[in-house]
Amino acid sequence: MKPLHLIPDDVNVPFLKFRKIFYIVSLVMVLASVGLFFTKGLNFGIDFRGGILVEIKTDGPANIGALRDNLGSLGLGDVSIQEFGEPDDVLIQLQRQDGDEKAQMTALAQVTEALGDSVTIRRSELVGPKVGDELKEAGIYSVVISLLLIMVYIWFRFEWQFAVASVIALLHDVLITIGFFVITGVQFDLATLAAILTVAGYSINDTVVVFDRIREYLRKFRKMELTDLLDLSINSTLSRTTMTSFTTLLALIALFAFGGEAIRGFTMALIFGIVVGTYSSICVASPLLVVLRLKRKIPEGEEGQEANA
Amino acid sequence: MLYFTKWKAALVLLVCALGVVYAAPNFLPKDVLPTESSLLPSKQVNLGLDLRGGSHMLLEVDTDSVVRERYDALADSIRSELRQAQIRNRPREATLQGAEVTVLKAEDAEKARELVRNIEPNTVMSGEGNNIIVSYNDVAMKELIDRALSQSVEVVRRRVDELGTTEPSIQRQGTNRIVVQVPGLDDPSRLRAILGRTAKMNFHLVNGQKTAADARSSGLPPGTMILPSADEGDKAAGIREYLIDRRIVVSGDNLVDSQPTFNEGRPVVSFRFDAAGGARFGDVTSKSAGRSLAIVLDGEVISAPRINEPILGGSGIITGQFSVQEANDLALLLRAGALPAPMQILEERSVGPGLGQDSVEAGEIAAVLGLVFVIAFMVISYGRFGIYADIALMMNLILVLAVMSVLQATLTLPGIAGIVLTVGMAVDANVLIFERIREERRNGRTIINAIDAGYRSAMSTILDANITTLIAALVLFSFGSGPIKGFAVTLAIGIITSMFSAIWLTRLLIAVWIKRRRPNELVL
Repeated sequence: MKPLHLIPDDVNVPFLKFRKIFYIVSLVMVLASVGLFFTKGLNFGIDFRGGILVEIKTDGPANIGALRDNLGSLGLGDVSIQEFGEPDDVLIQLQRQDGDEKAQMTALAQVTEALGDSVTIRRSELVGPKVGDELKEAGIYSVVISLLLIMVYIWFRFEWQFAVASVIALLHDVLITIGFFVITGVQFDLATLAAILTVAGYSINDTVVVFDRIREYLRKFRKMELTDLLDLSINSTLSRTTMTSFTTLLALIALFAFGGEAIRGFTMALIFGIVVGTYSSICVASPLLVVLRLKRKIPEGEEGQEANA
Repeated sequence: MLYFTKWKAALVLLVCALGVVYAAPNFLPKDVLPTESSLLPSKQVNLGLDLRGGSHMLLEVDTDSVVRERYDALADSIRSELRQAQIRNRPREATLQGAEVTVLKAEDAEKARELVRNIEPNTVMSGEGNNIIVSYNDVAMKELIDRALSQSVEVVRRRVDELGTTEPSIQRQGTNRIVVQVPGLDDPSRLRAILGRTAKMNFHLVNGQKTAADARSSGLPPGTMILPSADEGDKAAGIREYLIDRRIVVSGDNLVDSQPTFNEGRPVVSFRFDAAGGARFGDVTSKSAGRSLAIVLDGEVISAPRINEPILGGSGIITGQFSVQEANDLALLLRAGALPAPMQILEERSVGPGLGQDSVEAGEIAAVLGLVFVIAFMVISYGRFGIYADIALMMNLILVLAVMSVLQATLTLPGIAGIVLTVGMAVDANVLIFERIREERRNGRTIINAIDAGYRSAMSTILDANITTLIAALVLFSFGSGPIKGFAVTLAIGIITSMFSAIWLTRLLIAVWIKRRRPNELVL
């Protein structure tokens, strides 16, 4: 049996020819994401906002209306009540209560009391205002620090143009993934933040593979036009890029479908981010090298490499 | 490159064998596991609270109140020193800045300063004119807070231990926080109830001359204070507050035991004092027969029974409108001792055992399915080499389990997601290598040459790609909390083990195949 080749061996897509279209598409998506982020905003979970979350299991399908009346009458502000995966599984979320940490505790006690013994409490989470603010701060730090470290690493391993291009592609992926969360209204919590950082790691991984090839061809084909060389590099690695994305997506889809409600938002972020990351390493990162005027300088002592490459 | 020295091949196989041995306990039921002391590995992966069920609470000790209390005491000793020297003075409200005393006559100020300068080691004196402020220096302050924290940890541990759950973990975090993790706890509200209280109990005499209501209108007699009543029976009788003497008759520090029990069919809490406390208690109850004794818990009067006869045995009971649970909890708190300062619950995450079990099952199904998809796809895409990559993939999973068991790292729900993600990503190294081999074959190289070149050229790419992901994982590990840390751990371990399995193990498998079969055709 001949093994399946997802991408034909003689693939030769002139990606660079379409680069202006890619730039426009990407720019529109990034700007839309940023714009939506500032207008509509993310649906932050209690991790960052502070507040209370209680997941309950009811006997038989839950009566959401009755629950809403019951908990709404406590006067604890906005209470969000929604089905969570199964008809008898309900997720209750309360906004952060005015006042200090004690106020949150009291509210949680009120909720559990109002729910009574007829339901099983599967999970209860309480994040006080202090911790919420700290988690938000740590979240921002972690994104910024990983982006910086990744950029430094790439800069160390490649020319500066590669570092800049890869970080632009990375920001592109992170911003668009955040935009996805704004549009879908899927809750943004600690787990989704972790997913976004993983997307960052994955996307850079994809980009680096193409860049490695570009660097190799820069030494090998000194006379080739830069755009042709970039096209050749992208096409030679296209099979690998799609294969890896495909296998990762396969695993993630299994997780999305069967991994349970609790990590659905998390896997959704990963799936979306990997699709965007694959697109950006093919259509954004490498073409950007043309814009950044990558120089074809030949380091001393490496002439000999041409012969045995 | 395809030639393996004997010791190199042996090393690869040894790593695989160790992986299998150390991962094995995870597939065995707990009762057949070797004991800790035996030479065979016995450690299973540590399940996080989100998977096994349990409560995580982050507490903050109100260190300000410790400091304020300490400055109160310091102000007291300054004033008694000044009194002995017959310097008239008046106290100031205790602040966080220091103990403050105002000398009434300006001419006494110099003398007072001389007296107070070295009242305690590690203090600094400041203040202008008649005001004298004494504060602790950084060393003393740090020691003060440190001690309050370690005392708090100790009290919390005693309280949690009383719940009788297995392996609770109580750890100090930063300067003023405590993390409590109690696996397998069904009812987090119980934990909340016993952690949220300071449980400082003192006995005071109720002031005999005035009622609280009178004192409210005509002013407090010296040395008294008004405290609210927490007794439902009082409330029914219209009593909301008590006027009590400030002086502590006997403090809760003198308690040696406390048990829930019944009195006339109602739940009550019995207590027993140590020798000194018992003597004082007997003394006061003999002298003050007919007066009421207020039992004050955390600033509230829980009951104020009349003293009918001297209580000489050093023990007694606290009556009140307790439920059985409340009597149990109060006895527990009194036994475990009071916290040196109030605590607040900053964060709580509790997962019931049912949800944890469901999550484990969902994670297992997803992991197995993901694995099956990827395995099938690799065989379809790369034939024989795909099978090699799949063997490496399975080995990788075993190694991840083994490393996690040995390090006793915690597996969380996002951690399972991390493993599933590494399943997808682990084959990346093999994809890189195989695609490269295909290319080299197309460029007309011989089989061995192509394989050799494939591994060699893919190496730096694999390193670069994995290191960048590793950077993200490490940052996540240092900034993330709880479950997210679990994700970072499995991701990082998975990346490192995958580099071994995908590069060395597949290469060994291919080398053996080439040596045995000497293939002159490569279907890839």
